[in-house]
Amino acid sequence: MSQAHSKRSPGRGPGHPAGIPGGPHGAGRVVEKAKDFKGTLKRLIQYLKPHKYQLLSVLFMAIISTVFSIFSPKVMGEATTKLFEGIVAKAKGVPGASIDFQYIWHIILILLGLYILSAVFSYFQQYLMAGVAQKTVFDLRRDVNDKLNRLPLKYYDARTHGEILSRVTNDVDNISSTLQQSLTQLITAVLTIIGVLAMMLSISPLLTLIAVLTLPVSVLAITSIAKRSQKQFVRQQKELGALNGHVEEMYTGHQIVKVFGREQQSLEQFDDINGQLYDASWRAQFISGIIMPIMSFIGNIGYVLVAVVGGILVTKKSIEIGDVQAFIQYVRQFTQPITQTANIANIIQSTVASAERVFEILDEEEEKVEVANPVVLTEAKGNVAFEHVKFGYDANQPLIQDMNVNVSPGQTIAIVGPTGAGKTTLINLLMRFYEVTDGAITVDGVNITDMKRGDLRSLFGMVLQDTWLFNGTIRENIAYGRDGATEEEIVRAAKTAHADHFIRTLPSGYDTILNEEASNISQGQKQLLTIARAILADPAILILDEATSSVDTRTEVQIQQAMNELMKGRTSFVIAHRLSTIKDADLILVMNHGTVIEQGNHKQLLAQGGFYADLYNSQFTAGGVAQEA
Amino acid sequence: MKLFRFLKPYRLFVAAVLVLVFFQTLSELYLPTLMSDIVDTGVVKGDTPYIWKVGLFMLVIALLGMVCSIAASYFSAKAASGFGKTLRGKVFNHVSNFSLEEFDKVGTASLITRTTNDINQMQQVLIMILRMMVMAPMMCIGGVIMAVSKDATLSLVLVVIVPVLAAAIFLIARKGIPLFKAIQKKIDRLNLVMREGLTGIRVIRSFNRIDHEKKRFAEANLDLTDTSIKVNKVMALMMPIMMLVMNLSSVAIIWYGGLRIEGEHMQVGDLMAFLQYAMQIMFSLLMVSMMFVMIPRASASAVRINEVLDMTPVIKDNENAAKASSNKKGYVEFQNVTFSYPGAEQPAVRNISFSAEPGEVTAIIGGTGSGKSTLISLIPRFYDVESGRVLVDGFDVRDLSQEDLRGKIGYVPQKAVLFTGTINENIRYGKEDATDEEVQHAATIAQAADFIAEMEDGYQSIIAQGGNNVSGGQKQRLSIARALVRGAEIYIFDDSFSALDFKTDAKLRAALKSETRESTVILVAQRVSTVLDADRIIVMNESEIAGIGTHRELMETCDVYREIVLSQLSEEEIA
Repeated sequence: MSQAHSKRSPGRGPGHPAGIPGGPHGAGRVVEKAKDFKGTLKRLIQYLKPHKYQLLSVLFMAIISTVFSIFSPKVMGEATTKLFEGIVAKAKGVPGASIDFQYIWHIILILLGLYILSAVFSYFQQYLMAGVAQKTVFDLRRDVNDKLNRLPLKYYDARTHGEILSRVTNDVDNISSTLQQSLTQLITAVLTIIGVLAMMLSISPLLTLIAVLTLPVSVLAITSIAKRSQKQFVRQQKELGALNGHVEEMYTGHQIVKVFGREQQSLEQFDDINGQLYDASWRAQFISGIIMPIMSFIGNIGYVLVAVVGGILVTKKSIEIGDVQAFIQYVRQFTQPITQTANIANIIQSTVASAERVFEILDEEEEKVEVANPVVLTEAKGNVAFEHVKFGYDANQPLIQDMNVNVSPGQTIAIVGPTGAGKTTLINLLMRFYEVTDGAITVDGVNITDMKRGDLRSLFGMVLQDTWLFNGTIRENIAYGRDGATEEEIVRAAKTAHADHFIRTLPSGYDTILNEEASNISQGQKQLLTIARAILADPAILILDEATSSVDTRTEVQIQQAMNELMKGRTSFVIAHRLSTIKDADLILVMNHGTVIEQGNHKQLLAQGGFYADLYNSQFTAGGVAQEA
Repeated sequence: MKLFRFLKPYRLFVAAVLVLVFFQTLSELYLPTLMSDIVDTGVVKGDTPYIWKVGLFMLVIALLGMVCSIAASYFSAKAASGFGKTLRGKVFNHVSNFSLEEFDKVGTASLITRTTNDINQMQQVLIMILRMMVMAPMMCIGGVIMAVSKDATLSLVLVVIVPVLAAAIFLIARKGIPLFKAIQKKIDRLNLVMREGLTGIRVIRSFNRIDHEKKRFAEANLDLTDTSIKVNKVMALMMPIMMLVMNLSSVAIIWYGGLRIEGEHMQVGDLMAFLQYAMQIMFSLLMVSMMFVMIPRASASAVRINEVLDMTPVIKDNENAAKASSNKKGYVEFQNVTFSYPGAEQPAVRNISFSAEPGEVTAIIGGTGSGKSTLISLIPRFYDVESGRVLVDGFDVRDLSQEDLRGKIGYVPQKAVLFTGTINENIRYGKEDATDEEVQHAATIAQAADFIAEMEDGYQSIIAQGGNNVSGGQKQRLSIARALVRGAEIYIFDDSFSALDFKTDAKLRAALKSETRESTVILVAQRVSTVLDADRIIVMNESEIAGIGTHRELMETCDVYREIVLSQLSEEEIA
């Protein structure tokens, strides 16, 4: 995350307003390029389509505002000319010579009109664009979120949350600020270049030639410097990443660093990276810092040449003094939009790259479409069967070859095996988080692929070790189990889960708001809330993870009782950690290396003398294993 | 802004920047005057050689300006990057000395951002200040001086314009800034909903609550969009108003300038120069106003950094720390120890007394929150006791240097933390000069040798950041190997077997037994099976010791213990 953040240049935060020019950091961005620039751009434009009338009016206003602002220096120049003529006439002693103030007043009125109109149109242009840009981004965000809801879990398991989040937040923000400011800037910049060029030509082709000649020089200078600074910025980015990584690691492992007395080494490594970063950072800053002075020097050369040549031309009476003044203003106006377009070109490139990443999400393969006529089980009994199930996360590496399990309603199935044996795979298949490759899973005889996913999942209640709660009140969190649950039902569920007592000791009881990390209640208490949530949902089939490490052992006894109560009459799949659960189970599925290697009840499995028996016998007697070892 | 004390080593650079920027400003201010010379002397009199001469002079001045500016850029880059480097080093160094108490107080994630992003932010702002903000006041003052020197009376126009401009900026900023803050809040809210949607994806789907989540997202999305539109509409005023004020000012200057010229108080060239000075003054005002936008951002960072630097670690080495030259090795004793976390109402552990000797295994069991982990974290002195004493080898831990104390201890945390690097390096973290045999031996005892051998590069396999490419159980075994390679006097296992399956757990404990024959072992456990054959079991309940003894003794005497056992085993196995 932090890396993704620092990638953005300073000052271009989310939805930043128009106005503040790029500054010397303009060349300091690490420009990313899109793989398919044209296609992505086209697609992005599609998103703007619903707003095409607004966009047209934005364009229209931009044109008017720019045209007005382009004309004004020329008009102002005329005022200067009149002043100058009056002076020169006076100096020459022409009788009755004076400055023609009436004419100047007339010009000033025109100027006022031009300036005010230009300002008004430029305001409305920004005003309209605010709506267009933000609404477009709104649509984009909504589409991405909707899409995320349709993606299979495979997508999530293969990526970090940070990666997905960064696309929805940073990349979308990037698009947002480009639409908000860069787009209108681009329009006005291009218009200004054209308009100014036309005005300059109309004043003096010779001066225009001089001014335009400085252009290739500055372009050459910028590109050669930008190339170098780019390299340093990439290096700076890399060092910054290394530094952030080291800091993160040392801080999260602080306890370990201390207890093993490795502070010194950690410091040395930090100093090393910090030094590298310093080196890259000042070079990057310096090189990008010389762009402005060089640009302005080249600009000044043009300025001086125009002043000198213009001055000579005036003495030769081939142009007016006011024209020179206007021309100087035009030259200034000319260079700015050119550097601006160069910057915007970079910005648009990185925006399209961002858009491409967002569109990549939109193009991901979705969950299989639901069947046309889904079966709805109103009163599920809880008969679950795996019939010749074949499955693998990777199509080339099948994990489960041919699994057959038949569970009668109300039975308890214990799933046991070493960590990483693939116990969650079974749950992934049952809940249709993943689809089986071959064979079928049925509930009450109905193939689960013939049901809607939502309907299927509401048959199940799940309590996992990973206690997910959201930022809201405790009441809302419990009520998450069932839409429209009454207060009474919520409290009853909390009581059954032995959560009612601790909830009432909290300052605001059921209205206590869980903070972002839900760190205002303990891990064990979180567990109790998720149990209450499952109890409220009242499912036909239960999936439980006996999460021993979270709830304290005595509360666990009570929870166990509540669970037993809950499991009564329901089919329950239990990822078992407790011997008692395992021994009382109707069916034990022993898993290893991702697949079910043995199944049967406790006695049968012990008699088999296989993996399970081995596992069971090694439980308590450390001595037994020592002999074996 | 007391953080600027870290600029001290770079004060010469900063001084150089100031001087250079001053000269750069002079050159920029001088150019319009030269141009007015061209007009007033050259053009009016038609003196072409003069025009050329002054023109050439202007180029020289511009060149000097560029040289100054580039040099200023060099020094400011060095000063700002150096400032960042020094500050970063200071903060990191300072945090390295923190005890867990400070980490708990600030939060690890927050400490990380303070060391990285906040300092970067400061560095960015500093370079902006050195590059632009330093110039703005000089330009403003210089511009005013030049303008007044051209025509003092006409400068009265500025007296009207500048307050108008300032008021416009102020009004827009006052409306805009609260909206920006609101936007940030709404972005955070949207990100929160988004993140919850990602972390809870299984739960959301299993409860079939996708529509509910969609609604939550739509609300946050709409809210953010509305506010963004509002703020951008306000900010849309900014540019046109600025431009309008500037343009109207130039119109006013021409009009009044014209009148002055008519009265022969000034010349046309002067008027043209004056116009440019007015523009320079107004632009520098704009820049100053930008500073007001940036400073609050930077000062928020500065406050956060200062908070870290102002924290003094609670745990410091005693100045005359005893050299642990006692012939006792591996003795741990708690004498009536009580400890509370800062700000807590109740002590986390209360009146704890026991002692452990080499060759013994002491197991601590009890419910969550009963104080098990707290108890053992007092031995390596992660926290200091409130009353009572913790003795290691006969010395109070506060009288030993932290280095000596921790050198005696092999510690395995609850949550295994590995570092980027090879498996070899990770195990060697416990003992830098360990031989390959020692590393492999430790791995074998920790039951890690098998899976290491299965890896493609064996001991040279790379562990990714956070150890994400190995499973939880594997991480824990590597973390155990890292402690074992130390050959420590005291081993502390903080619930370190929970991620292991029963079989590995049992095998590991059996192997450990022979390895730690001469060491003191203290372990925290959840499973009764793990503690069954310990020499001494300490049962913790609500911060106090509920019983000490062997399994058999405790089954007779300790109710709490019996309850725990009953909850995990069935009757027949207990017997």
